[in-house]
Amino acid sequence: MNTSVNLAGVTLKNPVLTASGTFGSGMEYGEFVDLSRLGGVVTKGVAITPWEGNPTPRIAETTGGMLNAIGLQNPGLDVFCERDLPFLSKFDTAIVVNVCGHSEEEYVKAVERLAETNADLLEINISCPNVKEGGIAFGTNAAKIEEITRAVKKVARQPIIMKLSPNVTDITEMALAAQNGGADAVSLINTITGMKIDINRRTFALANKTGGLSGPAIKPVAVRMVYQVAQKVSVPILGMGGIASAEDALEFLMAGATAVSVGTANFHNPRVTEEIVDGIEAYMKRNRVEDIHELIGCVK
Amino acid sequence: MKRYESLTILESSCLQEGIYSMTLDARAIAQEAEPGQFVCLYTDDQSRLLPRPISICDVDREAGTVRLVYRTVGFGTKEFSGKKAGDAITVLGPIGTGYSKVSEGKEAPRRILVGGGIGIPPMLLLAKEWKQAGYEVIAVLGYRTKDTFLLDDMKQYATCYVATDDGSLGTHGTVIDAIRENGLIPEGAEAETVIAACGPMPMLRGLAGLAAERNVSAYVSLEERMACGVGACLGCITKTKSVDAHSHVHNARICTEGPVFDVRELCF
Repeated sequence: MNTSVNLAGVTLKNPVLTASGTFGSGMEYGEFVDLSRLGGVVTKGVAITPWEGNPTPRIAETTGGMLNAIGLQNPGLDVFCERDLPFLSKFDTAIVVNVCGHSEEEYVKAVERLAETNADLLEINISCPNVKEGGIAFGTNAAKIEEITRAVKKVARQPIIMKLSPNVTDITEMALAAQNGGADAVSLINTITGMKIDINRRTFALANKTGGLSGPAIKPVAVRMVYQVAQKVSVPILGMGGIASAEDALEFLMAGATAVSVGTANFHNPRVTEEIVDGIEAYMKRNRVEDIHELIGCVK
Repeated sequence: MKRYESLTILESSCLQEGIYSMTLDARAIAQEAEPGQFVCLYTDDQSRLLPRPISICDVDREAGTVRLVYRTVGFGTKEFSGKKAGDAITVLGPIGTGYSKVSEGKEAPRRILVGGGIGIPPMLLLAKEWKQAGYEVIAVLGYRTKDTFLLDDMKQYATCYVATDDGSLGTHGTVIDAIRENGLIPEGAEAETVIAACGPMPMLRGLAGLAAERNVSAYVSLEERMACGVGACLGCITKTKSVDAHSHVHNARICTEGPVFDVRELCF
């Protein structure tokens, strides 16, 4: 039985990765999951310098999901390269570094710096809804996406995955822009911008007022977008958005994703990623699927 | 080491309106837990994803049990309060760095434990362990009214003082009023006194002010909205004066570096 997939030139032992921002750099979940069983670990977004992030509250629960407005707090690339990369290198799993920046120049500098490291893939976060500069300001503008993709590709040693925002009229336009800019893959979806009001305090539940909605509540939107993008682009898709079980992951694969990222579900069950790997294998065995590629994009 | 497991509830009872007690068969957590740590409980309703952080009130290391005392504030805690002995509940724990931080400082023999409302429960295990360690343990407990909870339990380990919002028992006012009224930090006793507190933010800020004014060490337990409970999501941070060793910015994780902090480290 073959579960391995090729994501933008990198072979993953299985199509299950973690979603950026929900898994740190793997260290905190090492107590619950054998990281070597995962296809890859996608790190929390990192920038060239440390970022403080947003004020608290940064988290609010919603029915079937949650809002977050962390604001891409990160320790900066120096610490990341000294502490987090060596930790992840001890495991037999692909290292996907999520990169954030306030400007095109910051993205380029970060990608340049990461070229010297053993990271396997870079995921460029142009779709965070919780930071004013960079983030979603780039991710909702097709021309800007193409420009940034081209700029990072010029200096990148690793394959580049552009992470797309669902907060647009037509996500396929954004995916095509990334492909035209030379992206090796696209990942989708980032969180959907939302808001919650605390009726007892009569104010916003989050200090940032708005946050990114994630969790099972957004899964049908994500599956739809992965399907639409799969019909339009030729680069592989890393699919995500509300995956909490092997059945959810299989939906994304069938809709056209080459691999999937599991995010918010880690908060509900810290062992969920490994359980999804097991669940996909069990499905394949049960349905006599010899190769996972029989499932990828099988729904047209 | 944190564990994520389904545990059996041995006891579940209502202490007073909105305040519940739950005892878990939790051998591993009972062995490792320290005062000030907490556990995360998960709801059975799959539409509520996030764990509910609840402080550890007491442990029986021999019997392998952990007691939680919590207030019903929303959907999750209401679901927990409806559970009965014999039911199962999913638990992650023990979590965080508790009051063991205190002994890292100077060895002060007078320990003033301050609990406000639902901040009282974690003070019980702390009082028990500090009494066993030979400290002089004084507890100052703030309630809304004379309808107290855990007061008799606390009296086993500490000399107790009470403050109530309505003046129906003890000092009429706050725990800080009770500390002043009873002269609990006598002149000259500053160096040998340590305050350990858990309660609402205004109380903790007031205590930080008192500690600064009297030059007494104070350690407080903080709470914040959390998502992961393991230190990965960076949801539950608190602002710190110095650059935190993990984050490399002025943010410490309440679930990992905390929930207990030296007030001098915090931006209150």
